[in-house]
Amino acid sequence: MDSWQQAVLALRLLAIDPGLGGVTIRARSGPVRDALLNLLDPTAKRIHPAISDEALFGGLDLSATLTSGHLVEEQGLLAKAGPMILAMAERAPVRLAAHLSIALDRTVGHTMIALDEGAEPDEAVDPKLAERLAFHIDLSDVTLHDVSALPTRKAEQPATFPARGGFIAAQGRVLPSMPPEITEQLTQIAAQLGIDSLRAPLFALRAAKAHAILQNRDTLTQDDVEIACALTLAHRATRVPEPEPQQPDTAPNNTESQSSEDTLDIPDELLLDAVRALLPDNLLERLAAQKARQGRGNGTGAARKGNRRGRPLPSRQGRLDNGARLDLIGTLRAAAPWQTIRRKASERKGLHIQPSDFRIKRYEEKSDRLLIFTVDASGSAALTRLAEAKGAVELLLGQAYARRDHVALVAFRGTEAELLLPPTRSLVQTKRRLAGLPGGGGTPLAAGMVTAVEQATTAQRKGLTPTIAILTDGRANIALDGTADRKQAAKDAQQISKVIRSHGTDAIVIDTGNRPEPALRNLAQTMDAAYLPLPRADAQSLSDSVATVLGE
Amino acid sequence: MTPFPFSAIVGQDEMKRAMILTAIDASIGGVLVFGDRGTGKSTAVRALAALLPPIKAIRGCPVNSEKAKDVPDWAELESKRAAAMPTPVVDLPLGATEDRVTGALDIEKALTKGEKAFQPGLLAKANRGYLYIDEVNLLEDHIVDLLLDVAQSGENVIEREGLSIRHPARFVLVGSGNPEEGELRPQLLDRFGLSVEVASPTDITERVEVIKRRDAFENDNTAFMLRWQAEDAAIRDRILKARKSLGKLKTSDKVLTDVAELCLALGSDGLRGELTLLKAARAYAAWRDDTALTRAHVRDVAPMALRHRLRRDPLDEAGSGTRVARTVEEVLG
Repeated sequence: MDSWQQAVLALRLLAIDPGLGGVTIRARSGPVRDALLNLLDPTAKRIHPAISDEALFGGLDLSATLTSGHLVEEQGLLAKAGPMILAMAERAPVRLAAHLSIALDRTVGHTMIALDEGAEPDEAVDPKLAERLAFHIDLSDVTLHDVSALPTRKAEQPATFPARGGFIAAQGRVLPSMPPEITEQLTQIAAQLGIDSLRAPLFALRAAKAHAILQNRDTLTQDDVEIACALTLAHRATRVPEPEPQQPDTAPNNTESQSSEDTLDIPDELLLDAVRALLPDNLLERLAAQKARQGRGNGTGAARKGNRRGRPLPSRQGRLDNGARLDLIGTLRAAAPWQTIRRKASERKGLHIQPSDFRIKRYEEKSDRLLIFTVDASGSAALTRLAEAKGAVELLLGQAYARRDHVALVAFRGTEAELLLPPTRSLVQTKRRLAGLPGGGGTPLAAGMVTAVEQATTAQRKGLTPTIAILTDGRANIALDGTADRKQAAKDAQQISKVIRSHGTDAIVIDTGNRPEPALRNLAQTMDAAYLPLPRADAQSLSDSVATVLGE
Repeated sequence: MTPFPFSAIVGQDEMKRAMILTAIDASIGGVLVFGDRGTGKSTAVRALAALLPPIKAIRGCPVNSEKAKDVPDWAELESKRAAAMPTPVVDLPLGATEDRVTGALDIEKALTKGEKAFQPGLLAKANRGYLYIDEVNLLEDHIVDLLLDVAQSGENVIEREGLSIRHPARFVLVGSGNPEEGELRPQLLDRFGLSVEVASPTDITERVEVIKRRDAFENDNTAFMLRWQAEDAAIRDRILKARKSLGKLKTSDKVLTDVAELCLALGSDGLRGELTLLKAARAYAAWRDDTALTRAHVRDVAPMALRHRLRRDPLDEAGSGTRVARTVEEVLG
């Protein structure tokens, strides 16, 4: 079965049982996707990522209320159950995904067709929403040639595709009963594929039943279960199952007890094969992309969190939706000159306000950057480059000042790290602390990084965007617990690098040693940071390269 | 759709226990449920609503007042008759605006009739009940700030757009979320009395049981509900009984020392840890129908009462639950 057939089948199963939630269709817009959408119920509602809450849930229609003078309420899109098409699903903000997930959870009959146009592997539908949709179909490799042979809506009965209220209710069909062994088997297979969520086997169960109904059968067959597994489990797999199931003692037992009866008996291996046939080849890469996404947002761009409520800007004319706040005074001022005319025209007393009078409050929010300098002041660094590092930091400070960035300074030497300067904008203070920074002792790199991470986390909570700049010659020799153990020290540093990466904090590693240190390059890779070896650089070139890496 | 019955939830004992404890003693201050997708977080919270015993309140009162004299003036109620109503469980949607949450000038009335009237928000509706926030870690910061203040004082103060109104807003905060998607500020964490971490069951038979029950819930709803609603009713009776016996419970100084020592050893910030731990342990003892508070009760509820009050250790991957368990082992033996 190719992916086009799968897509059509998925839509049919959805029509039969809306409880399957929906389907994610990954494809760029084009004739193939259009052909698929043509199969859908033409009354399906379309939702776009920027949809307002009012449009989704309904509420007071303020514009109509004001013009007519009595209460007008509008109905939201979610009020009536039925198929919904979410266009540009990969751009849906977390908030919308959460709303839609809750709607799918609570109401019977909603089905969601999420059109995922993501180009990069890390652009994808919000995992929260994707979790609630049974199917995931990738149509990116399908050409129009594969499609043309298939029936269009007119040739088929419209009822076979997602229609309002679903197909089960309309046809009054009873779902085939599910033998308990199958339930167990599906659960086991999901576990073997490394799927944690229990929604997956539930979906597999429903899909199998729906498939049996589609085939006009009252009992389940091997076919139903295999197809259901392939459609609902493959894209959720987080590990490739062992080719040979490692339980030779339980498998024969099952078959013995079942074969005597006249029940359905499918070896696990067959079901796993069905799933395996559909497992993407690049499973591991995709998992890595998903991991990266957790730290960095999901292609919707990083949410900008203002650390202040923002500087108020003059209010402007606008519509009252999506949480916009009305500038009451501005609105009244705009409406004032028209009162006499409007009263005469409508012969209604009281204040006459029309939607065109609305003035909306606006704020400008800026997320400030915090540069956390983590400076190696150990003996080895002091001998060589401490002065240059200090100079570079000072130059960077000048630029930071111009951009109104915040700066924090962490130094590590001896056995521990010290926060010399908590996040500040004071240039003078920073310079003074930096100049007074003594050198000497061991290199507790890990300890310095821990302090930097702590600062970064606190800053992130306050709405700042932290960047960690580590200046060191990379010869870590003091472990986190303060002992002089070169091996453990390197291990600790690696571990914290992972923490930095998982937090998604930007970082730069500047190698101030006389020769580039390969261990340091590794470290930078682990934390997904830029690595700048500066064996023969002066303060000015150091500052220039850092500025380039940071960008504007 | 009727919610999935609380008693039919397989496993997740800690989560269920935490919710029952807040139902017994609302002053414990709410539950935070953190865990992966598909572990039954939302299901449990929604099931809780059906489990709670009804309360007596003045009909039509916007803040669910118990007595007629407590009904605020701005409500402009004509008759003040009391009636039983289900404990309010109010959903705070993520996209809720400040106006929706705190209440604001009734724009509709202001513009069409020219009247200055107050339109109560979700906080008013949740008074004497539960406020449920799904995906609490994605909540916008300014809403969080609002909640922090109100959750602490139990009173919602509105000073805006020419309105000056205050009304009681005592509610139990229930939040759920997936920690992978964002962190919660420590200030808000602290406002939750109990916190539990849920994970998918790893045991195959347990997983199968979950699937079976869910399947039965969807396909044979009537019979399934009939069976489990009886169990829910049994839990409800037990909650009511525990509420009564809570006052008679004896607390020895020895247990108090245990509690204080435990919190000291864990280095939890502030005294709220001790207070919550004590309240939770008492509620737990009442639930178990014991007459006196003992060390065993403290030990059982310590992880959920203290887990979220520890300082974060970036290198400890085991999670704070294990740290609490370890310290409990050391201190209480």
